[in-house]
Amino acid sequence: MAFYVVQFLTGLASAASLFLVASGLSIIFGVTRIVNFAHGAFYMIGAYVAFTLTERFSGTFGFWGSIVAAALAVALIGVIVEMVLLRRIYHAPELFQLLATFGLTLMVEDLVVLIWGPDDLVGRRAPGFKGAVDFFGQNIPSYDLFLIVLGPVVLGILWLLFQRTRWGVLVRAATQDRDMVAALGVNQKWLFTSVFAVGVFLAALGGALQIPRDAVHHAMDLRIIVEVFVVVVIGGLGSIIGAFVAAVLVSELNAFGILIFPKISIILVFLVMAVVLIVRPWGLFGRPEAPARKTPGLTVNPWRPLTSNERLAALAALVIAATLPLFAGNYALTVGSEIAIFVIFAVSLHFLMAVGGLASFGHAAYFGLGAYGVAFLAKMAGLPMIVCLLLGPLLGCMGAAVFGFFAVQLSGVYFAMLTLAFAQIVWSIAFQWVSVTGGDNGILGVWPEKWAASPSHFYWLALGVAALVTVALRLAVFSPFGYGLRATRDSALRSEAIGVNVKRMQWTAFVIAGTTAGIGGALFAYLKGSVFPDNLGISLSVDALVMVLLGGVETVSGGVIGAIVYKALNIWLVSQTDLSKLVLGGFIVLIVVVFPKGIVGMLEMLAQRRKSTSPPGGTLLAKPIESAE
Amino acid sequence: MRARNYFVGAAFALLAGGMAHSALAQEIKIGEINSYSLLPAFTEPYRKGWQLAVEQINAAGGINGKKLVVVSKDDGGKPADAQTAANELVSSEGVAMLTGTFLSNIGLAVSDFANQKKVFFLAAEPLTDAVTWSKGNKYTFRLRPSNYMQAAMLVEAASKLPAKRWATIAPNYEYGQSAVAVFKKLMSEKRPDIQWVDEQWPPQGKIDAGPVVQAVAAANPEAILNVTFGADLVKLVREGNTRGLFKGREVVSFLTGEPEYLDPLKEETPEGWIVTGYPWYSIKTPEHDAFLKAYQAKYNDYPRLGSIVGYQTIKSAAAILAKAGSTDPEKLIAAAEGLSMSSPLGEITFRKIDHQSTLGAYVGKTALKDGKGVMVDSVYKKGSDYLPSDAEVEKLRPKD
Repeated sequence: MAFYVVQFLTGLASAASLFLVASGLSIIFGVTRIVNFAHGAFYMIGAYVAFTLTERFSGTFGFWGSIVAAALAVALIGVIVEMVLLRRIYHAPELFQLLATFGLTLMVEDLVVLIWGPDDLVGRRAPGFKGAVDFFGQNIPSYDLFLIVLGPVVLGILWLLFQRTRWGVLVRAATQDRDMVAALGVNQKWLFTSVFAVGVFLAALGGALQIPRDAVHHAMDLRIIVEVFVVVVIGGLGSIIGAFVAAVLVSELNAFGILIFPKISIILVFLVMAVVLIVRPWGLFGRPEAPARKTPGLTVNPWRPLTSNERLAALAALVIAATLPLFAGNYALTVGSEIAIFVIFAVSLHFLMAVGGLASFGHAAYFGLGAYGVAFLAKMAGLPMIVCLLLGPLLGCMGAAVFGFFAVQLSGVYFAMLTLAFAQIVWSIAFQWVSVTGGDNGILGVWPEKWAASPSHFYWLALGVAALVTVALRLAVFSPFGYGLRATRDSALRSEAIGVNVKRMQWTAFVIAGTTAGIGGALFAYLKGSVFPDNLGISLSVDALVMVLLGGVETVSGGVIGAIVYKALNIWLVSQTDLSKLVLGGFIVLIVVVFPKGIVGMLEMLAQRRKSTSPPGGTLLAKPIESAE
Repeated sequence: MRARNYFVGAAFALLAGGMAHSALAQEIKIGEINSYSLLPAFTEPYRKGWQLAVEQINAAGGINGKKLVVVSKDDGGKPADAQTAANELVSSEGVAMLTGTFLSNIGLAVSDFANQKKVFFLAAEPLTDAVTWSKGNKYTFRLRPSNYMQAAMLVEAASKLPAKRWATIAPNYEYGQSAVAVFKKLMSEKRPDIQWVDEQWPPQGKIDAGPVVQAVAAANPEAILNVTFGADLVKLVREGNTRGLFKGREVVSFLTGEPEYLDPLKEETPEGWIVTGYPWYSIKTPEHDAFLKAYQAKYNDYPRLGSIVGYQTIKSAAAILAKAGSTDPEKLIAAAEGLSMSSPLGEITFRKIDHQSTLGAYVGKTALKDGKGVMVDSVYKKGSDYLPSDAEVEKLRPKD
């Protein structure tokens, strides 16, 4: 019995660390609607700064002073980031801020290694909490007890802050309806900055408090960020109590789960999230979001098919691209094939995000399923390449059909997180089912047949498929189905009122996007000759998101351009510099500031301006549109 | 679509770059790939190691009079990116062979690439047995002692312990899974009386150490096998120390004696663990002294195991190229098979039968000295003594 009590307390201690970080993220999202990917980075910087300070200032006062000082210092960095970077892009399309924070995260990962060196750092133990307390023959670290107390204390302080101060009232009001708060004359700028500072402070505090029990290293951010997001979503976005309950739930299930299934940790949080979201679409303590008030159509230039001149230009670009094998070497051709494949992948996600208004955080699942489909067919059934390429994507299609059915019942970030959960479940199956998938050692030897083996032939194949897919999806955008889908994106209520079956529309779009991604994955398997669980992983899903956002969500061809720019740049930087993450992150941040509508979105806006300045009435018309953003 | 023009321009630039390179014919290029950005704790010393080797080789006149150049690429810890890098090295840089890699799945991906493109590949670090056995191919060689060899070395010491109830803690991925599987198999062969009472599989890099330690303690084992390393090891050791998990229990642990993983533990280093590792401070052989002196003179830092691996990888590659007198892959294979050379840890041979080198490892016990973790009673175990019989290897390895 004593054992179960101790295991329960151990779970509570883990929950407390998780809650500190999660609460900060929850507050930031609730008010600013920023999906703060850099939250893990702030957590990590908190730990690094605290390490430096605690090494310098020993003793009880020195240690605890250092922890608080580190959290404050990082909060200050957060304020600077918010004022310099995020303030500029609050009005950018939804999720665009994710791109900025993703860029920051990349930069921080390289910066901490530059500043603190590559070694794992192990900090001091906390003065006064070094040992363990005996509990009927079981040892409980006293630091765990400290954390167990700290968690509810922080929860209590936050509760008081939100319920008993004017600032808290404003924050709660903004969480519920920030347009209304702005209309009532509250200075949103400072409200957002202060909220961001509090959130970052909590993240950094969470990181600093890991010093006595963890090693400080440059991958801490990724280790925590996804888990924290999951906790926030399970609890319900913007709900502090929800975050606390979710942290306890997840930690306790893990603490007791490993007693029965020792391998459960790898997937547990995602399983819990999937179940919770299917049963309660807004998390445990979240509330349904009110239908969007603004009409998104106002912020974009109306979409139109390409004019015949533009079609010719696109065709010319394709022809030029097709002549690459005449003068480029094998390496350039292989890179070209990879870029073409990522165009397919990005275009498929772009279709879902831009046309359907459904941002998926787990789109790599269908890409990877396509790749695994090919690998199974080629290695186990021994089918010829053409057949594999045609049938392989069906696995992506089936996956999208099953998961999409559940996912489209949700909307917004909850939809995104459910897709992430499904992707992680698929990933963990590929990772764990060693006898079928080869586990993380993957499936090797999936090489193309002779007719496609040479780099130039494969390049033409990839380019041709990419062009076909892009054209097909464009046709879909301007088909009746595409118009209907855009209607569901712009206003679910109104489209339902005129008889559009919103869920079925979205489900169909999800399956189309999943199948297309599967086509990309199938080609990818042959390009690399092997398939790994990586092909289904989070980082690939994030890459796809970045490509789409970089190109521009509110455009038709953003996916194509975003994929080409991001992938080419990425491959080139990794090959040229050891600090590729720093440079790539910096570039992304720069793009975000200079092109707040994405590359294509910005170009279109410039073109629009040039057009509208020529006839005198044009400027008048353009102005109200801009101010309506 | 217009951005494709940009890409075509980039392709032109690459092409021009390629031509400029091929103009310098009096050098031999080796391509090197590793997870520099993902695993800097290992790869930074590793890089220093191979840079020292390159310097020494060129100071001694290069390879048959040609200057050795190593072109190094980062794979970011992703197999797909490793293949892109391998492709660039082979197609665009025109390297004579590929070397490097740390993670097992990346080692396998590059090995499969090498097999497909008929390129010589010397795997430096990946430990999975599959590289030389179940997924071995004729183009791939490996330097470091495999999972099997390290397990066999540890089993030799572990089987002498009186403990009968064993528990295992290993990261939940291929390396951890196969390390535990081999250790269990070899151990149970020697000691049929052993019981395996618990196993814990925390996700790599994400151990929730408290519950794991508590769960292992609840099974009340007499001895524990640990396979975690890096930050996971730190958390496990800290929780284990505070909760008294290791008190009165024997612990056998993979890789923990390597400075990369032992040094961060500082005063928390647990004493008396049986580990494999690299006690650079207590190795007293002429070969190692020479290496240590050169390394410390160049970097003003002590070597980690990664330094040895990086150093010996390039030294081996150079020896193979020098013996072959050519960059033809078939000739490189012929030269490498059975090639013996000296290394800082003693003489090594690349076996003909499975292309595994006989580089060994030190087995010893952890101890605390002046607030730092060290290995004591360390003995060098030759790799050749811990490999299965030739008949068994024949069965494990597919025919070329």
